[in-house]
Amino acid sequence: MLLAVFADIHANRQAFGACLDFARGRGAERMILLGDFVGYGADPEWTVEMAMSLVDGGALAVRGNHDNAIGTPTESMNAEAQAAIEWTRGRLSAAQRRFLADLPLTLQEDDRLYVHSEASNPSRWRYVQNTSDAGRSILATSAHATFCGHIHRPALYSMSSTAKMTSFVPTPDVPVKLLSGRQWLAVLGSVGQPRDGDAAASFAMFDTGTKELTYCRVPYDVERAAQRIRENGLPHWLADRLLVGR
Amino acid sequence: MAKHSVQPGAVIDGFTVGECVHTGGMATLWSVTRPDIAAPLLMKIPRVSEGEDPAAIVSFEMEQMILPRLSGPHVPACYATGDFARQAYVVIEPIPGQTLYSRLNQLPLSYEEAGVIVGKVAVALADLHRQNVIHHDIKPSSIMFRPSGEAVLIDFGLSHHNQLPDLLQEEFRLPYGTAPYMAPERLLGVRDDPRSDLFSLGVLLYFFTTGVRPFGESETIRGMRRRLWRDPYPPRKLKPNYPPWLQEVVLRCLEIEPVWRYPTASQLAFELAYPDQIKLTARSERLDRDPISTVWRRRFNGNPAPRRGKSDLAAQLASGPIVAIALDTTEGSLALNEALRVSTARILSTLPSARLACLNVLKLGRVTLDRTLDEQGNNKHIDRLVALRHWAAPLKLDESRLTVHVLAAVDPATAILEFAQANHVDHIVIGARQNSLVRTLLGSVSAKVAAEAQCSVTVVRPPRMASLQPPDSVSQKQEQANI
Repeated sequence: MLLAVFADIHANRQAFGACLDFARGRGAERMILLGDFVGYGADPEWTVEMAMSLVDGGALAVRGNHDNAIGTPTESMNAEAQAAIEWTRGRLSAAQRRFLADLPLTLQEDDRLYVHSEASNPSRWRYVQNTSDAGRSILATSAHATFCGHIHRPALYSMSSTAKMTSFVPTPDVPVKLLSGRQWLAVLGSVGQPRDGDAAASFAMFDTGTKELTYCRVPYDVERAAQRIRENGLPHWLADRLLVGR
Repeated sequence: MAKHSVQPGAVIDGFTVGECVHTGGMATLWSVTRPDIAAPLLMKIPRVSEGEDPAAIVSFEMEQMILPRLSGPHVPACYATGDFARQAYVVIEPIPGQTLYSRLNQLPLSYEEAGVIVGKVAVALADLHRQNVIHHDIKPSSIMFRPSGEAVLIDFGLSHHNQLPDLLQEEFRLPYGTAPYMAPERLLGVRDDPRSDLFSLGVLLYFFTTGVRPFGESETIRGMRRRLWRDPYPPRKLKPNYPPWLQEVVLRCLEIEPVWRYPTASQLAFELAYPDQIKLTARSERLDRDPISTVWRRRFNGNPAPRRGKSDLAAQLASGPIVAIALDTTEGSLALNEALRVSTARILSTLPSARLACLNVLKLGRVTLDRTLDEQGNNKHIDRLVALRHWAAPLKLDESRLTVHVLAAVDPATAILEFAQANHVDHIVIGARQNSLVRTLLGSVSAKVAAEAQCSVTVVRPPRMASLQPPDSVSQKQEQANI
C-alpha cells in the first residue's frame, strides 16, 4: 500500500491542498497525519475539517503540541506561537476542538509507529535534532520504521543491529529502501511551515510493499498563504518566514 | 537475523541455487537460475554467521541499496535483492573472465597496455560518478572487462551514494577499505569526494607500470597516514626509461590534495586517450620525492587540511566538463570564428575546471585520392593544428586544459559526433554556416550535430550586419539544444 505521510500542516490550506493533490496524483492510497494541524497559519477551520474528513475515510492521525495547546492552555510556547494558538482557539468549533483533543499521541500499524515528536516520551514534545536524539527514539520502540515531524526539517536516521547510527538529509524524489536489517526514524519536513531553507511544502510517501520511502517537495501558493496570515492580524513574522522557508 | 547455510538445489525467492563458484572473505557466489530469466545469473550471499565481521553486514546493505540503482555497461546488471529478514542476497549478471588481480604475476605491464587499461577504468569510473556513486575500493580485484572491452566495476560494499544514506558513515572508527589503494583524505573521514577513486586508480597505474606499490602494503593506521604528507618515489626513479607523459598522469592522480588531481574521471580518460597532447609539468621531470622540508611542512603545518562542507558530487562533475568546439578554419568566416570564441570564453569563464578540445575536420573526398600536402607542398594536417592553436590563443587557457584535434573524415558531422561519443564530451559548440553554397549542396553540419548528439549542443551564429537583417530576426542568435 502506498502511504502519504504529512506532518506540521499548521493551518496552511494552500500547502496542504497542494500536497494532497500531489500525493493523490502519485497514487497515494492512505493518508497518515502526524499532528500540528493548527497554529501559525490562517486556515485552521478548513484544515481541521479536512483532517476530520480524511480520518473518516480511513486516514490515521496523531496529536501534535499545537493541537494539544488548543485544549490545554498551560502548554508552553513562544509568544508568536501563543498568539496564533489564542486566535485559533476562537476560530474552531467545539467538534473541531474535540477532534484534536481526542487524537492519540502515538499509533502503531504493522511494524510502523506514528508519533508527532519522537517515541521515547511523546508527551514531552522533544525535538529530534541529531543521531543521539534519534537513537533514543529508536531504542524506545520495536517498530521497524518510526515516522515523526515536529522539527520542520526532513531527515532520515537508521540504527544498525549493533546500535550504530546513521543520519542523512533526504534528496527529494529519490526513493530510499528502508532495509529490514535495521530500524529507521523518518523525520518528515513540514507541510505548512518548512524551516530548512526551501519554501516548498514537504511530505513523504512510503510503499509498504517495497519499503521504499520517498521525500517530496511541492511548490504551492506561498504568497496567498502569507497574505491570509497578514489579513487575519496574526504576527507578520509568521507570514514572512513562509516565503523563505525559515 | 536469519542464518541459512545455502546448499545447491535450494530455492530462494524463485531462484534455484546451483554450484558455489567462489568463496570470498565477505561473501559466497553461487550460480543460480530462474525460469523467467534466460541470462546466466550469479547470487552473492554475505557471510553473516557468528563471529563474522559486522562490516560484512553493513557492506552488504550498501550493495543492496546501490546495485539496483546502477545501470550501463560498466557495472554488472542487478536482477533482484533479498533482505536480511529472510535470506540476504543480490542476484547479478556474471561477468566472464578474471579480475585484474590475475595480472599481478605479470607486472610490470608495458606502458601502453597499462595506459589503455587505466583509460578504460577511468571511463567506467566516469559513468559510475555520473550515477552519483563513488566506488571507494578501486583495486585490481574490483575490476573486470567485458568481452567487448569495457571495464566493469564490481563490489560496491564500501561505496558512497550521494543521494542515499551512507551506512558506513559512523559504523567504523577507522576508515574501511584496501590500505595500499586508499586516498589520503579517506584517512580523515572524507567519503564524498569522487577524486578519491582517481587516487586509487593512480596507485593501480603506478603498481602496474613499475611492479611496486607506491605506498607499500602497510595495513597499520600509522603506516597509512604517512601518505598524508609523504609523496611516493616518482616512477622515473625506479625506471629511468619511464615516459614523462605517464609519470605526469600517475603523479597527478596521486596528488595528496584532491584539488590538484584531475577534476573528473572523464578528464583522466581524455588525457590517456591523447598521450601526445598531455601537458608536461614539473611532475613529469621529477627524479626524487619532495625534499624533507616540504614533507615536514605538510606534516606539521596545516595538514590535515580543513575540510569543507558536504560536497555535491553532481555539481563537482558539472564544474569540470569536456567542451568540444568544432571550427572551420578554412571556410569559416572571421566573424563566425570570433563569435565562436566569444561563446566559448563565456562558457569557460564559469567553469574553471573545464577542458577544451578544439576540433577541425579535414574533409576527405569520397572518390578522389587525398594527398596530405597542399599545392604549395605544406602538410595540411599540421597547418590546421597550428590554425586551431592560433584560434584558441586569445582564450589564454592553461595548456593542460586545451587539446587540438584534426579529424580526417568524409562526413564532418559524423566525425564530430563520433569524437564526442568516444571522448565523453559534455558540450559541443559549433558554428552555423550562413547561406553558403557548400551548405546548400551538402546540408548543415551543425543541424545534424545538434539533432544527433547525446550531449548539449550550442549552435553559434555571427552577428549580422543591420542591412542584411530581416526585420524580425535578432542580431545574434544562439540555439541551445539538449538532446
